[in-house]
Formats: sequence, structure tokens, C-alpha cells
Amino acid sequence: MLRQNLILVYEGEFTQEITKSVLAMAERNMDAFGEEASIKRKVFNVMVECLQNICKHAESYDTESYGKNSAIFMIGKHKNEYIITSGNAVPKDRVQELSARLAHINSLDKDGLKELYKEIIKNGELSSKGGAGLGFIDMARKSGHKLRYDFEPINDRLSFFSLRTIISRTNS
Amino acid sequence: MEIINLEGTEDTPKIILDKDKALFEISGRSLPEDAAEFYAPILEWLDKYQSAPNPETNFLFKLEYFNTASSKLILDILSKLDNIAGARVTWYYHEDDEDMEEAGEEFSELVENLPFEFKSY
Repeated sequence: MLRQNLILVYEGEFTQEITKSVLAMAERNMDAFGEEASIKRKVFNVMVECLQNICKHAESYDTESYGKNSAIFMIGKHKNEYIITSGNAVPKDRVQELSARLAHINSLDKDGLKELYKEIIKNGELSSKGGAGLGFIDMARKSGHKLRYDFEPINDRLSFFSLRTIISRTNS
Repeated sequence: MEIINLEGTEDTPKIILDKDKALFEISGRSLPEDAAEFYAPILEWLDKYQSAPNPETNFLFKLEYFNTASSKLILDILSKLDNIAGARVTWYYHEDDEDMEEAGEEFSELVENLPFEFKSY
């Protein structure tokens, strides 16, 4: 734990109220050690997209024990980078599509991501859950690194989706 | 015409739309859970305004942060302004916030006629 320098770990049900609390805690923590404003904004940005993805899309694998959309969210600080990690269940039939989208995003460079962003914001519609389909792209753009992700089967119906985004602390 | 005057909160922006005083401003943070619902009254207001606009409409954006769902709605607002004669945008960004500056530039590329002016603070 100490070696990993975890700033915050939250596991449980996610709502907009919880999202706001988690953001406020992480912000206060970064303020406390005087993090640079530009880095703080990028971390905040990635956190928002990550947390709101969970609120909108996470599935519960055990509603009785964990509420309707149980997930885990972590933010860690290393010497040269912040690591934002989330893990939540998703329906198995969504894995292929999610995986293809993430692979496509990871195949693009800075300009490619910008073009994809503009194409989707211009032509895309908000989903029934209010998502713009831009969250992963935005996370990749703010990060400047590849997104790391994995899917592990939980049962017949669900897979565990983990996602890790890195924000460098050295301005590049 | 009715005035929209919303105080900013930790997840929604401050919004002033006042035709008589020629004030049009969205500022602060925008990360509502349901961006479409939050911005619906703003888009409706602009639809009404469009039928009898002021000769000049200088719409100020001074955002500290917005989420991707809000970005879609901001583009909807800009698209409406794009169809209003005499409308222009002043896009403020914090002097060390390159991402916000770039976001404004991208929006300006996504509309046809609407002029953008960029100002740092």
C-alpha cells in the first residue's frame, strides 16, 4: 500500500453524489501537496469520465451485497505519474464491442484521436444513458498514454472490466 | 423575454441569459449526471431568442472544466448560435490551460460561421 502510494480507494455503489465526493477528496489531496494546476486538471478530467462511466454502465454481480452498480475505483500517485484504475462488471455481450473500441483508440496517435473526437461529437447522438460516446477518447487524449484494459469472465452473464489510465507528472 | 440565471454548483455551471442586458454567459464547471436534461432549458431559451435576437450577441464561455456529455450539449448551443445573425463567441481559458484553449479551437472548427475570440485569464 505504502509503496504504491494510494491516494484513494473506493469500493461500492456509485452515484453522482459519490462521484462528487471522490472528486473533492482527490482534489484536496492533490492541493495538499501542491500539485501543478495543469496536471491536476488532467487527473480530474480522467477521474470524471471514469466515474461517470461507472455510474452509467457498471452492472452489479451481487445486488443484495453490493447495490446496483458495485465497482472499485482507485487513484495512486507515483513519483512521475498518477494512475487511475477502475474495475466493474459489464454484460458479457458488451465485451467484444468495448474491447474493439478501446483497441481502436489505442491504435490512434494524437491527431487521430482528435479527428475521432470531432467525428463523434459532430455525428453521434447521446445514448439512452446520456453518454456521448467520447469518454474513452477523452481519457486517452488527456493521458497521452495508451489505455490499459482487461476483461475477466465472472459468470455466464458478466465479465469484470478493468481500466487503467496514466497521467504523467512531468510536462511532456 | 424571460431571464435565465443559474448559480453555479460543484457540478453545474453558472448560466446567465438576459436579452435586455445583453448578457450571455456560461462559466465554471459542467459535469452534471444528465447533461441533456440540464441544458434542455438553455437550448429552448435559444430557440425563442433566435426568433427575435439582439443585433449583436456576444456569448461568453468561461469554463473551468466540462465532461464529455456536456461537450456534446455545448456543441448544440454553438450550433444554435451559428444560425443567429450577429452572434459571436468569446472563449475564455486559464492562461496555463492548453486543453481548454484547444477545446475552444476544436469547437470553432465544428461550426460554420460563428466567429470565436479567444482570451486567457
